[in-house]
Amino acid sequence: MKRLYPYLTGGITEDWTDYLLAYQEAGADAIEIGLPFSDPMLDGTTIQRASDRSLRRGTTVDTILADLAAVRDRISVPLFAMTYANLVFRDGPAVFCRRLAEAGVSGLIVPDVPVDEADGLSAAAEAAGVDLVLLAAPVTPPERLAEIAARSRGFVYAVSVLGTTGERDELAGTAAPLAARIKAVTDLPVLIGFGISGPEQATAAARAGDGVVVASALMRRVLDGATPGELLDDVAALRAAVDQADQEVPADHAHAEVSGDRG
Amino acid sequence: MTVLESMAPPTGGRFGDFGGRYVPESLVPACAALETAFREAWADATFHERLAELRSVYAGRPTALTPATTLSADLGITLMLKREDLAHTGSHKINNVLGQALLAQRMGKTRLIAETGAGQHGVATATAAALFGMRATIYMGERDMARQRLNVFRMELLGAEVIPVTAGSRTLKDATNEAMRGWVAAVEEAHFCLGSTAGPHPYPWLVRQFQRVIGEEARAQAPVHPDVVVACVGGGSNAAGTFAGFADTRARLVGVEAAGGAAMTHGRPGVVHGYRSMLLQDEQGQILEAESISAGLDYPGIGPEHAHLGATGRAEYVTVTDDEAVAALGRLARAEGIICALESAHAVAWVLRAAGTPELPAGSTVLLTLSGRGDKDMATLAGVTE
Repeated sequence: MKRLYPYLTGGITEDWTDYLLAYQEAGADAIEIGLPFSDPMLDGTTIQRASDRSLRRGTTVDTILADLAAVRDRISVPLFAMTYANLVFRDGPAVFCRRLAEAGVSGLIVPDVPVDEADGLSAAAEAAGVDLVLLAAPVTPPERLAEIAARSRGFVYAVSVLGTTGERDELAGTAAPLAARIKAVTDLPVLIGFGISGPEQATAAARAGDGVVVASALMRRVLDGATPGELLDDVAALRAAVDQADQEVPADHAHAEVSGDRG
Repeated sequence: MTVLESMAPPTGGRFGDFGGRYVPESLVPACAALETAFREAWADATFHERLAELRSVYAGRPTALTPATTLSADLGITLMLKREDLAHTGSHKINNVLGQALLAQRMGKTRLIAETGAGQHGVATATAAALFGMRATIYMGERDMARQRLNVFRMELLGAEVIPVTAGSRTLKDATNEAMRGWVAAVEEAHFCLGSTAGPHPYPWLVRQFQRVIGEEARAQAPVHPDVVVACVGGGSNAAGTFAGFADTRARLVGVEAAGGAAMTHGRPGVVHGYRSMLLQDEQGQILEAESISAGLDYPGIGPEHAHLGATGRAEYVTVTDDEAVAALGRLARAEGIICALESAHAVAWVLRAAGTPELPAGSTVLLTLSGRGDKDMATLAGVTE
């Protein structure tokens, strides 16, 4: 079954964990939680705004983890934290990963720690029982891609496009070929993220990979004041779109289509 | 690690505990390709000939080493000024940019992307782009655009596109984030012409190599080896280039930070903009906004080589306030007839303050790099003195 991993900036509103519960109810397979950083180098304007708003509310890693602990018994889907290196290294990766695990967060994505810089963090995550998810990009050369796939845990994050996070009119042409390249070298699920802006792109991306991460399109709605109930509808629509990729397209066909794109 | 080793090409992009390549996967192949291209170019006599020619017939090098006779007499020291203010475009930034533009051309890139604080690096990049027939996109904080309007005008006159950055403190820190985002989106055709000894490997090393001409010229020009070598430090490129010429001498190396942007003095180790170094940050690890009258020093980080030189004790880092820098700029102007940049005035201010004290005893011979000229700061100074 194709997967749907929606994203939420932690601490974006006082009742931000209600959005988590809504995501879960709408059929999220896992949820990615952004731990906001002052200088989010890989994020476009929507996630930047969400990070700024959350930080201005006084959000810290501690407040997010405490809020999560409070709803922990109501959350059954896996939680992945997404943040930047400086927050991870602030008290050392071992302490950071242990705190994640204690709050019930089972995975970690750090876009500015590429595989070459990941040794210490990898070991710390493994010791804490946290999956360190590595990212692959359209420009990643084959040997490097194999190393990323071998060292990633939980899933491999396929960055669909050369660019920052943010909504785009259509799924980048680089997404499907990248997903196919990763799937050729790993049995881990391949999740496609960056620029998945609505149900149509979610269906297309889910065809190419094992599922999708959707961030900016949801955070724009949250920033505009949409309620958890409204986000439940949005995520449910994405859920239907992702499921459609499962129902409509047999795996072989998807593969053939992807291979065609590569040539 | 000895000093000489610390000046050699870093292994794994590290200067001791600092440096590295903390960038999104999308940028790793570009950084690796740049490192390869730089290593090849640096070993290629033709590249060095071309660079030497550009420095000489285009940038006006070597720049003078001027004895500061009046100040020397007043302070009881021997003060020599390495005059990067006389280089084309008005600062040392041109040294790095000409080298990187040659590299970009070698790599088949058609566009330069750069961040700028005071605008000096932006002007230098726009200049090189015009010279090499490339497009230039310069990211500059909105606040810096307002206080360095003259440089914005110069960049646009040179044909560059200046993109205002409205995030965060609207200064160099945010311009650097935005330039890196721009690079991610254009990584195949654009070269990121980073302006300081900061950022992911190979930039801190590559930029220092292109700037070491400052220190090497100064060493050859100085009648005696100086006791003290001093330069201002934001990201740290003019200081790194100056220090490189004297690292194997007995000279004390002194980097002068702006009090409001003193990463070495008030920072802690951390990662931002692709490298690990000393950073101004809060208890949570959020990067703090620097606050300096000098746009070029208004930055919460410092190059990783400086963090290493500081950690090993080979260089020392001190701070100077806005007021001291403004006063020093005026005193240098009246004493020597040189209006330097506010950034460079920080180095002057430390010498004025320390001369005759145990920090800088009378009789010392001091070599100070004036990183740039002050024309760009006249509006700021007019505001201060009104």
